[in-house]
Amino acid sequence: MDEALNFHYDVDGENFTSAGNASVQVKRKLRQLGFPPELIKRVSIAMYEGEINMVIHANGGKADVLVTPEVITIVLADEGPGIADVALAMREGYSTAPDNVRSLGFGAGMGLPNMKRYTDSMDIQTKVGVGTTITMTVRVS
Amino acid sequence: MNEYRHSVSLDTGKCKGCTHCLRRCPVEAIRIRDGKAHIDAKRCIDCGVCIDVCPHKAKKATCDKLEDIKRFKYKVALPAPSLYGQFDNLDDIDYVLQGLLDLGFDDVYEVSRAAEVISGFTRLYLRKKDVKKPVISSACPVIVRLISMRYPYLCENILPIMPPIDLAAQKAREKAEAAHPELDPEDIGIVFISPCPAKASYVKNNTNGDHVDVDLVLSMSDVYFELIGVMKKKLSPLPISRTGMIGVSWASTGGEASAIFNDKYLAADGIENVMRVLEQLDNGDFPFLEYIELNACPGGCVGGMLTVENPYIAKARLQSLKRYLPVSENWDFRDSEDDCDVPDEFFTDPVEYAPVSRLSDNMSDAMRKMARIQALVEELPGIDCGSCGSPTCACFAEDVVRGLTDINQCVVRMRKKLEEAEKSEK
Repeated sequence: MDEALNFHYDVDGENFTSAGNASVQVKRKLRQLGFPPELIKRVSIAMYEGEINMVIHANGGKADVLVTPEVITIVLADEGPGIADVALAMREGYSTAPDNVRSLGFGAGMGLPNMKRYTDSMDIQTKVGVGTTITMTVRVS
Repeated sequence: MNEYRHSVSLDTGKCKGCTHCLRRCPVEAIRIRDGKAHIDAKRCIDCGVCIDVCPHKAKKATCDKLEDIKRFKYKVALPAPSLYGQFDNLDDIDYVLQGLLDLGFDDVYEVSRAAEVISGFTRLYLRKKDVKKPVISSACPVIVRLISMRYPYLCENILPIMPPIDLAAQKAREKAEAAHPELDPEDIGIVFISPCPAKASYVKNNTNGDHVDVDLVLSMSDVYFELIGVMKKKLSPLPISRTGMIGVSWASTGGEASAIFNDKYLAADGIENVMRVLEQLDNGDFPFLEYIELNACPGGCVGGMLTVENPYIAKARLQSLKRYLPVSENWDFRDSEDDCDVPDEFFTDPVEYAPVSRLSDNMSDAMRKMARIQALVEELPGIDCGSCGSPTCACFAEDVVRGLTDINQCVVRMRKKLEEAEKSEK
């Protein structure tokens, strides 16, 4: 692991229209680095879902992407309300998104399940009233 | 595809080296070097935004000239439907087509006719099993080129059926050869009247692998000014037009998509909007959609850089022009829609992914370069002034690391260094 790159993004919770920008940036960087399309797709979808979640539920947060030739690690940290029941939140179709967000087509309850589906590992550290940190990895190859 | 021939060119005498085009190019393909704009042919998607924003009229679309048609004994004009929206108080398409004949063309084949056939094939294609949805229109060459550079997963979504211009050219030639067997094929000139430089490039490059049978491409605005001269004199035109509502509708955004007769479609225009839609599509949004029509120009083809009229006025004119037309004049609805398939000869090769942004073929090297870019970005002012000749500070950092420019081109950084040096001398 002699080579590692770290990309940091502040995800703005106030501005819903810019949600998803960080994952677009990451996608562009991974493309420049020459990662295979399949991997870029997995990383960008997992990150996109996580980013949207932070905007919907936690008023934004921080996204860090650590890139090595072997593995891509995405860390999404927020100081939002936390997830009361992680198992329930992981269930497809379960959502606590407010109506105004649903009217935009979000809040289908597929965010966390998709993040898990597209990554090799996903760890959720969460405390109600304190915040949530999700760490996902996608292995290269 | 390496030697892509573009239709946007620069008049270096007029270029002042200002930053208008530099900042507005949606794919960061322009750099200012030695006081003149340079277009990176590998990255340029021929959208024509730089032509539009240049205050010095230094950017041009390279097209053939009307007098070039004299090279051919038999000349067939292929007007794009957007042409019909350019004229004030036009109540019949035939006036335009008669005008083309009066300008010296021997025949006219409307691209809108081919568009109606392609709409029919698109409906058949959407019914096939194993089609990757949503299907993305292949009509705008800017969009197809953009997808091939950036969205490997969306390449498969592009409609693998030839765009109307290919079919129109084919039909026009067949018709000319049948009517005039005495002519040598080389004596027949197929002349496309284009609303945009991108379609001109498309014809030149034969992007889809097959030969596009167009011999000359004329700028719509050039032809427009010739046409208004001859159209005034006409009394009653010959009834030549064979275009229905669908064909005319292709000229503006939403027309092509609505011709799939299904409301599960999205139609977007303007290159920035289109890029946002593509990013969301790439993230797997809109799984419920069947069809996506994307046009680089605002308003659709009526907003092309080679048109004359404001796109929204042109669209309004087309609406009244098509009001009393039949739905389609080139598609037989009775027997062709059920258990019918798109004939093989209308399919094109799938679009291939050809990325252009890679820093290096070797990943370790690419990572080292990326790290240097990141470090350099921190040193730069971040004001994206463009004085260095690159569109943004981040882009400049990349250019420095790629060895395309020198760090001292950043005047803001230089001034800061000078001030620091002065301070330390005191």
